[in-house]
Amino acid sequence: MSALLEVRDLSVVFDGFRAIDGVDFTVREGELRFLIGPNGAGKTTLIDIITGLTRPTTGTVSFDGQSLAGKREHERVRLGIGRTFQTSVVFEELTVLENLDLAASFRRPLLSLLARRNGVSETVQRALETTGLTELAARKAGVLSHGQRQWLEIGMLIAQGPRLLLLDEPVAGMSGDERSRTGELLTSIAKDHTVIVIEHDMEFLRRYASQVTVLHEGKVLMEGSVEEVRADPRVQEVYLGRAREEAAHDVVS
Amino acid sequence: MTAVLEKKPVQVAPKEPRRWKGAALFAAVAVVALVVMPLVLEPFRLGLLAKYLCYAIVALGIGLAWGQGGMLTLGQGVFFGLGGYAMGMYLKLNDAGGDLPDFMVWSGVEQLPALWAPFRNPVLALAMVVLVPLVVAALLGTLVFRQRVRGAYFAILTQALAAAMVILLVGQQGLTGGTNGLTNFFDFFGNDISAESTQRGLYLTVAIVLGVLYLAAWQLVRSRFGRLLLAVRDGEDRVRFLGYNPATVKTITFTISAVMAGIAGALFVPVVGIISPALLGVVPSLELVVAVAVGGRFALAGAVLGAVVMGYAKTYFSEELPDAWLYLQGALFILVMTLAPKGIVGVAGALRDRFRKEAAA
Amino acid sequence: MEGFLNQLPIGLSIGAVLLLIALGLTFTFGQMGVINMAHGEFIMAGAYTAFLLQDWAGRSAVLVALPVAFVVAGLMGLLLERSVVRFFYGRPLDTLLLTWGVSLVLQQLARDLFGAPNVQVLSPEWLQGAVGPLPYNRLFIMVLAVGSVVAIWAYMNRSAQGRRMQAVMQNRQLAATSGINTGRVDQRTFFIGSGLAGIAGVGLTLIGPVGPTLGTYYIVDAFLVVVAGGLGQLRGAVIAAVALGLLNSYAEFWTNASLAKVIVFAVIIAFLQFRPQGLFVLRSRALT
Repeated sequence: MSALLEVRDLSVVFDGFRAIDGVDFTVREGELRFLIGPNGAGKTTLIDIITGLTRPTTGTVSFDGQSLAGKREHERVRLGIGRTFQTSVVFEELTVLENLDLAASFRRPLLSLLARRNGVSETVQRALETTGLTELAARKAGVLSHGQRQWLEIGMLIAQGPRLLLLDEPVAGMSGDERSRTGELLTSIAKDHTVIVIEHDMEFLRRYASQVTVLHEGKVLMEGSVEEVRADPRVQEVYLGRAREEAAHDVVS
Repeated sequence: MTAVLEKKPVQVAPKEPRRWKGAALFAAVAVVALVVMPLVLEPFRLGLLAKYLCYAIVALGIGLAWGQGGMLTLGQGVFFGLGGYAMGMYLKLNDAGGDLPDFMVWSGVEQLPALWAPFRNPVLALAMVVLVPLVVAALLGTLVFRQRVRGAYFAILTQALAAAMVILLVGQQGLTGGTNGLTNFFDFFGNDISAESTQRGLYLTVAIVLGVLYLAAWQLVRSRFGRLLLAVRDGEDRVRFLGYNPATVKTITFTISAVMAGIAGALFVPVVGIISPALLGVVPSLELVVAVAVGGRFALAGAVLGAVVMGYAKTYFSEELPDAWLYLQGALFILVMTLAPKGIVGVAGALRDRFRKEAAA
Repeated sequence: MEGFLNQLPIGLSIGAVLLLIALGLTFTFGQMGVINMAHGEFIMAGAYTAFLLQDWAGRSAVLVALPVAFVVAGLMGLLLERSVVRFFYGRPLDTLLLTWGVSLVLQQLARDLFGAPNVQVLSPEWLQGAVGPLPYNRLFIMVLAVGSVVAIWAYMNRSAQGRRMQAVMQNRQLAATSGINTGRVDQRTFFIGSGLAGIAGVGLTLIGPVGPTLGTYYIVDAFLVVVAGGLGQLRGAVIAAVALGLLNSYAEFWTNASLAKVIVFAVIIAFLQFRPQGLFVLRSRALT
């Protein structure tokens, strides 16, 4: 399998702070890749750069062999890169169905958008079924629970039909039950898509992850399988060391 | 579960009676406007109503841009003026019949300015009514929205444009008639412009144009584009990650609203008999926005209603209580913005819901 | 060449007036998201304060009026903030319409109190005269603006209150959870911002007559300064105000008054192509 996403020597500096510092990162077609690291490691920034929200200071990102430099956010989506956000943003005034339909329609010519939606397209129907939101289709997205919103967002992402999906903490704030449903959703999506997931939760990782990239202070600390990553002393230092410091701090205060 | 998702989804069904009701309401209003009003109202009052309906066309555009698209445009007067001056220039040249328009003679202009030449031709002049606002709005929209200038920034820029436009028109006395604007029209496409029959015909034209534009706007709002517009209003940055360019959506909508204002301005000129800087500056532009807020910005009908209600209120109070009008107007805005941000339509909706609840209980 | 030089003090003094007006706007806008259209009427209130004090203080009214107008306009701002504006935080476009309603009421109030015709405030004798092409009254306005900027800068960077104000401007929620009483900070900002409008009003009496619609002439340009300078940015406001003042006066000089505003507008649109958020930007990660 060939590389779908290639990040080379990437750096980004915010007012003197190196949020990303010389990152090389490759994801092959069909992979399910987890991106972990402590807060401030640069995970979201990396995704922001890939999707065009943040401009890199140096380095390149290429998708399917094509450089993404100078491409705006919507142009990258049109190439097939889709993402979700940490705090889910769905359109509360629109129904679940309309949200999904909008996500599925961006390839239509602008003029054809002047027509009303007629029925439910196959793509949208599949997204409804995959996310289990069928019964809520006619509800306004504003009334959904936190977990349902996250699923709607994932559903919108599926409806876009992207080649690469970037999920930013999809299970944050979810209950245990919702987590395992999301995990299953993820694995089913990963069957026929390339997926990158940012996730903190080690438990979740152990259950669903295959390949993991660990970021720390803007650099790639290591890459490997979940077992390798868990066994690596550097990763333990980054996570556990921090936990130890925090514990010590708690005792002091 | 999948039964819900067949070609005709079940969830649309409960909405259908409302759609039917909407159509019935529209038809009823159309009958009142086209048949009842011309019979009941004396010519002077019918003329006033025609004027308010012109404003309602502008308001419809504001409702589309602001209520649906979140673009608070404080410069619709500019486009109203562009349409109005295009019509006024044609009428002036037509009345002058080959000579210079009267005000040019008074200002000592000796040769027809090149800018005026195309407006000799009625077809070209009518095309300009649409094209000039279209080009100006598309250009401004492209430059501004492309750079993600939005919200308050956009509002301030449109307001500055309205201010600049007035100063420009006032200063170019020989070209635009200055403060007085263009007035003293006699002939309107072969009819005496002040004749009762012409004015009634104009009223009907304005009402029909408003109706047609309303239906077009309504279709736009219901379409996928309309859903997209709402999405842009509520989360412009998120829309980018759905693969759409919000700048395009906004520019198109803003341009449509500008063209509506231009058409309204062109109709306004023969109805009222004048177009001048005072009619299209910062204050008239803002007044229309406020009218939309009073009527209810989130519904197209609210925008139209607001323009007519505020038009009547302004006429009535400035006749009866000229000193109190500004206090009243100011107090009304403060009250509406504070207590009823969804305007008359919102209040009516809330009352209806409460009624239903009580009836159900 | 002489015309060119004569234009310089005019441009700079327009810039100074714009700066005085925009200072208040940029902070109420930047910190609270309030677009205060009634700001223009606070200018007017400041000018009428000088007019009223004339009876008592004669030709020195302008000097006496400076602190008084600051307090008068400031209190008006505070009243506006407490009575209605505070319910509108987070809805900038609504505050614009709301405060426009307030501005209509205040204009009519001025008409009823002082009459519709313009009145004149006599400037002090010691402001008659000029250094070279620079009349003393315009010089005085510039000094006023520079003084205000220095005072504001010192307040923001040297006082605890000012630092709290900056904290609220950068991150309101974080400031609130760090124990800052954001409501109190908002009130202070509104008071100071509106007070500066009062000072601007006093300054304006030196270069023109006073009328109920005095503020409306300047408010649109002052908002353009805010747009070009960047929200809540002191340096941005200073640079943008001076640039806009000079641009205004030179555009008038080279073309004519009626084209000048259109040129200024075009320049600002062109400028926004390079700096869409104004000269200086507060960074944040939030997605809107």
